[in-house]
Amino acid sequence: MRFRLTDDQRALRAGVRQVLARHFDGEALRAAAGDGGPGGGGVGGGGVGRTVRPAGPDRALWRALGDAGFFALRLPQSDGGVGLGLPEAVLVFEEAGRALLPGPLVATHLAAGVVPGAATGEAVVTAVHGGLVEWLAEADVVRGDATGAVPLRSLDPLTPLHRVPGAASAPDPVATLLTAAEQLGTAGRVCELAAQHARAREQFGRPIGAFQAVAHLCAGMLVRTETARAAVYGAAVTADPVDVAAARLLADEAAVRGARDCLQVHGGMGFTWESEVHLHLKRAWVRTQRAGEVTESEEVLAADLWPGAP
Amino acid sequence: MDLSYTPEEEQFRARLREWLAKTLPALPPAPSPHDWPGRRAYDLGWQRRLYDAGYAAVHWDATPSVRLIFLEETEKAGAPYVGANFVGLLHAGPTVAAEGTDAQRSRWLPPILRGEEVWCQGFSEPEAGSDLAALRTRARRDGDEYVVTGSKIWTSHAEVADWCELLVRTDPDAQKRRGITWLALPMDAPGVTVRPLRTLTGTAEFAEVFLDEVRVPVGNRVGDENDGWRVTMVTLSFERGTAFAGEVVACRRVLGELAVEARGNGRWDDPALRRRLGRLNAEFRALWRLTQWNVSAAEASGGVPGAGGSVFKLRYSHARQELYDAAAEVLGADCLDLDRPWALDRLASLSYTIAAGTSQIQHGIIAERILGLPKGR
Repeated sequence: MRFRLTDDQRALRAGVRQVLARHFDGEALRAAAGDGGPGGGGVGGGGVGRTVRPAGPDRALWRALGDAGFFALRLPQSDGGVGLGLPEAVLVFEEAGRALLPGPLVATHLAAGVVPGAATGEAVVTAVHGGLVEWLAEADVVRGDATGAVPLRSLDPLTPLHRVPGAASAPDPVATLLTAAEQLGTAGRVCELAAQHARAREQFGRPIGAFQAVAHLCAGMLVRTETARAAVYGAAVTADPVDVAAARLLADEAAVRGARDCLQVHGGMGFTWESEVHLHLKRAWVRTQRAGEVTESEEVLAADLWPGAP
Repeated sequence: MDLSYTPEEEQFRARLREWLAKTLPALPPAPSPHDWPGRRAYDLGWQRRLYDAGYAAVHWDATPSVRLIFLEETEKAGAPYVGANFVGLLHAGPTVAAEGTDAQRSRWLPPILRGEEVWCQGFSEPEAGSDLAALRTRARRDGDEYVVTGSKIWTSHAEVADWCELLVRTDPDAQKRRGITWLALPMDAPGVTVRPLRTLTGTAEFAEVFLDEVRVPVGNRVGDENDGWRVTMVTLSFERGTAFAGEVVACRRVLGELAVEARGNGRWDDPALRRRLGRLNAEFRALWRLTQWNVSAAEASGGVPGAGGSVFKLRYSHARQELYDAAAEVLGADCLDLDRPWALDRLASLSYTIAAGTSQIQHGIIAERILGLPKGR
């Protein structure tokens, strides 16, 4: 059994992390999120959930991602792609999730080889899923029917959203899995942030991580992350829709609960705009909407127990 | 990332399946849970069959992957559990193999493998549970013997054991982990008293062991005097590693049975219950992948799993309790009937978040050893 990263996969992960650090570090993240703008509310200011308008996915970054093979990763080499598989794609999207990279990454990746310019990062491609479209105004191409799309004031300052009328189409399992990989990246990152803070922040004369109540919160984050990791990586190997549904549920849980616990560990600072913690939580919430209703994934998993059941 | 096995591993699986299909129908009926001599004979008989077929030492010298296949296939086939052989095969045996002298290995290991001797474990004490290193059972050196006085608790199979792997305090003045020694105690030695301990399930799965001036030869000591803590840690990581692999397979089977039961009694039509079972399916699929992940890590490092075992143990023990809580919802009022399946399993599941390191201890291990948080308490 070799259910672990190969040397090539480790190198790929390290390479992607490097590229992302170069093009989109913590400073770039905070700059993208802005300072909320003048008079931009906070609690009581009437502006909770402010409307910072990101300037669209950074085109230079998008092309750099294209050059790095981010979008063409799974295209066959004969079609100018990198020729890698789902496990590699999952590792790459995990890194994107860690870095909180903005933009319709999953949709553009899935458009590679279908929409001209997607593979190279020349085109920004978005897609309708879960009754929502991310980055509609900024994208060059939208896949799915976005007729009648109405902008909404997005809770995530780094993901502009439109609501699309009509019934949501069934989510593509690969899109669901890559989103789960992004959630896994967030889960790992917020666990690290919480542990860092718990080691550094002192109250009552010692690091708060020395208090069991705080330490156990952090340990719980790690347990959820590692369990989700096994589910996500496993689903990347099998590509089985039931495994994908399981990966989605566990990765959503690890990301959302992890980000909330990270916020809690950060105390008052966690509630500020300045801290990056809220950005992880808000993005995690956005991603939970991509793969359709949670209940649908649960029904897929229930039906697997009794294939003859409704 | 790869979930496939090598051709050699698949060959092992095929031969094992064939052997199980041939062997299991010929087994005698399982004894009642209250019949301790019957249980001993049954468990040892199973180990003897494994020995004759060449599977006895799979826990010791097979690769982690082969061991995983063994646990998976024996569980799927409904083979007997390791039972009374647990401590010998998974604790005391590996300890003796790793730390014992040649003479000790040839004295104690073959009878474990052949299914001739049963071992039990004398670690915990009434005043030393999670804080195991606080144990107080005293061993005083007297010539070629130790004279041991104290008491042990939570000792499984003590009533039918031949040997007890015993942790004793040999230096009361040293820092608490430094004054502990590992001894093999013959259970028939004068001064050993075993008192069954009835658990909330109603059966006596554990016992208390009282030691009153019991004489143990110095030759029964494994490792150096006062080095017993290190010697013991070799075995404890075994328990948190792949020991639960078969149980995850069993839980997944139970989940399928719950769906059938719910379908039969109409509760499957309740979407909330159905989705609860769906979530548990996700949980146990993930736990099986986590097992495969840990096995692969162990295989790559050539060692036993470390703190990663704590992640699994923590998650699994809670998932198991949730599984049987869901079973209670499927059963409705029948969940109160101990003659119904799963009612007793639900009670037994309550020990999982306590035994082999409580969930709170596991959280602490993860916080300190993986996340690098400062030592608390």
